[in-house]
Amino acid sequence: MSKTDLTRRGLLKTGAVAGAGVALPTIFTAQSASAFTNEPTGGSVTLGFNVPQTGPYADEGADELRAYELAVEHLNGGGDGGMMSTFSSKALQGNGILGKKVEYVTGDTQTKADAARASAKSMIEKDGAVMITGGSSSGVAVAVQALCQEAGVIFMAGLTHSNDTTGKDRKANGFRHFFNSYMSGAALAPVLAGAYGTDRKAYHLTADYNWGYTTEEAVKASTEALGWETVAAVKTPLTQTDFSSYIAPVLQSGADTLVLNHYGGNMVNSLTNAVQFGLRDKQVNGKDFQIIVPLYSRLMAKGAGANVKGIFGSTNWHWSLQDEGSKAFVKSFGTKYGFPPSQAAHTCYVQALLYADAVERAGSFNPCAVVEALEGFEFDGMGNGKTLYRADDHQCFKDVLVVKGKENPDSEFDLLEIVEVTPVDQVTYAPDHPQMGGAEATLGTCNPGA
Amino acid sequence: MLGLDKKDFRLLVIVVALTMLAPFLLNPFPESSGLAQFNAGYPDLMQRFVIFGIFAIGFNILFGLTGYLSFGHAAFLGVGSYAAIWMMKLVTLNVIPAIIMGVIFAGIFALAVGYISLRRSGIYFSILTLAFAQMSYALAYSVLTPITGGETGLQIKATDRPILSNLEPGEIGRANLFGMDMRTSFELGLGDWLFTFNSGYYIAAVFMILAFYLSIRIFRSPFGTMLRAVKSNQTRMYYTGLNARPYTLAAFVISGMYAGLAGGLLVAMDTQAGPERMFWTASGEVVLMTILGGVGTLIGPVLGAGAIKYMENILSKINKDILHQWFAILPDGIENFLVTIVYPFVGKGWHLTLGIIFMAVVIFLPGGLVEGGQRIARLFGRKKAKGDAEEATQSTPAE
Repeated sequence: MSKTDLTRRGLLKTGAVAGAGVALPTIFTAQSASAFTNEPTGGSVTLGFNVPQTGPYADEGADELRAYELAVEHLNGGGDGGMMSTFSSKALQGNGILGKKVEYVTGDTQTKADAARASAKSMIEKDGAVMITGGSSSGVAVAVQALCQEAGVIFMAGLTHSNDTTGKDRKANGFRHFFNSYMSGAALAPVLAGAYGTDRKAYHLTADYNWGYTTEEAVKASTEALGWETVAAVKTPLTQTDFSSYIAPVLQSGADTLVLNHYGGNMVNSLTNAVQFGLRDKQVNGKDFQIIVPLYSRLMAKGAGANVKGIFGSTNWHWSLQDEGSKAFVKSFGTKYGFPPSQAAHTCYVQALLYADAVERAGSFNPCAVVEALEGFEFDGMGNGKTLYRADDHQCFKDVLVVKGKENPDSEFDLLEIVEVTPVDQVTYAPDHPQMGGAEATLGTCNPGA
Repeated sequence: MLGLDKKDFRLLVIVVALTMLAPFLLNPFPESSGLAQFNAGYPDLMQRFVIFGIFAIGFNILFGLTGYLSFGHAAFLGVGSYAAIWMMKLVTLNVIPAIIMGVIFAGIFALAVGYISLRRSGIYFSILTLAFAQMSYALAYSVLTPITGGETGLQIKATDRPILSNLEPGEIGRANLFGMDMRTSFELGLGDWLFTFNSGYYIAAVFMILAFYLSIRIFRSPFGTMLRAVKSNQTRMYYTGLNARPYTLAAFVISGMYAGLAGGLLVAMDTQAGPERMFWTASGEVVLMTILGGVGTLIGPVLGAGAIKYMENILSKINKDILHQWFAILPDGIENFLVTIVYPFVGKGWHLTLGIIFMAVVIFLPGGLVEGGQRIARLFGRKKAKGDAEEATQSTPAE
């Protein structure tokens, strides 16, 4: 065994000395030739798809990966082109990006910031990825976004709903298409006021981490502005699986509405508990007791089963939308995989296309050129109507869907119905909004690395 | 030399050589070949190898010598990380003070946890440490959000202005060692091979060599002998009039400080700290590393750490697409069949592979990878008919 070392050392001694002279030019070219990190030089370009493949959000991660594979197929000219035909920008030709074939590497974020960063770093350092995208939690999104900013590559966030991603933790190299807590609150409040009146007493159960805090804050602010009163807001541990002890005090508090700021498994369990306690059959203050779930997803609705019937919430996109873009995407996704895509799949697919389009329009993979092309970019035909990538915080502004659990679902995918499409003006806020980190939050400057 | 006997010194020299030449050793395959997938010689992973090597070496001082199985060691890693990142956010971007702070805070925390937990031994001790670690995790995740940043964790931001730094307005601070950026890399292209020499890696490697040297000294010292006595029969120690508590507590604190060093280094290499670093699975991982490599051996934990980090970062990235490329020359039916067979063991299934290897090691090689190396060495030793088994034993390759 030690012989191997010795031969390597021997190889080094002779090889390094002899080879140094030959290799000297490449030492300098290797670093100084490229204008930015991982400039693609060959006939292909590598994108990094960093999604949770294990852990609590593995289902969403799997759907995101499907969407990315579909996007790569479409970018390279395969399949039926999906949303490329409905996208308002026609820069994409179906011949890859800037004529380079799109290749990709995948990684597992495990929904842990550390693992996600390790995975993203290996994509950047080892595989030469020029853009990182994906993820299904805000903690991961913030961590990976900061990494991409440091390394000088573009980050296109996947599913991340916390205000912080484009709020106090916004970065020049990071972009988010998904909506956020503030938008959920602003879209939901008027619908709730219309359906349940303006003199409700709300009780919040909030998952005890960043996303929970920002969502609670957003929903509280928007509903209180319309006359609701917040009786109490109780934090629940993220790892909680039985919420009975949290549900029991709700009725004693005199509240007539329960807001569940929970996501994923948390929401499935808390909603199930609340319904089992018979909250929805109760009468408080002369009004029917109501439950609200600010952020809905089809995968969650599936988990909670019949309990979601009639319960209001908001979502970024739903496959039953009837605009051309959504129809085209649902069709090509359905043809390839046999079932409709989730909102996570949609946002990831759109992000991949938006990035490719920005590169085409900029005519370069240079992150700073891409940032410039995406900032203030207005587009349509991607399923959410007219959308703006705001330059101030790199957040997409578009209509928000208010949905309700369907009373009589036709299939296991048809669980939500769209109640209202809240127009974009109603969910737009100032870039220095206090919920978004105030005046202190800045993007900084774009970093091309190298 | 250096207060070591000949055998230990040779082991140290080998570890030094392996860490210094790691950029070569870990990148054996040419860039353009399909096997480049298995190259591990990029800065982030090399850094992780040595940092988790330090973590496992420290854990082994407690578990390998005293037999006390701590199930909460990740808490010290986390405390070290938080201390280091606050040092960088507030005082200076130089990594040395940050790392020292990480070690000190982890040491203090270990003293408190150890003082309480070491009142019990065996499974009760394990459960106590586990409880402390989970408590720290839960606190960091929610209640202590103002200090720890909650789920999002802490990073250096554009608004951070450390006292001892002269950053331009809006510039985001970067970890450095007296001005040398941790991410500076020097790339050496030799034909189709590309070797990356990263400054951060070499700094971490120097720390690992120091940590390894210290661990040899502890193993060979009277103090180490005392710790082994605790492992073999603590009751007998008490009967002979020796109080074992100070020794076990010292071992616990030392190993906590090793974890703090690892945590500080993690922050120095990648300026970010989050609570999942303290989760119980992270504590379990270091136990796996140590057992996989060989409990109570000097180099075992380092090998175990390397093996697990390699699988986590390399195996987990092999997706269906890559498998199809590998088997592309075969007829379609066989190709798909092989992909179906192999796929569950790579990509997101890397845990499964790790589990199988772990079981195999525990069943067939109770002494871990080191025992595997010894057996191979004995095999070759007989063939050569020379009793040179020891030398080969020590030089088990890193990966």
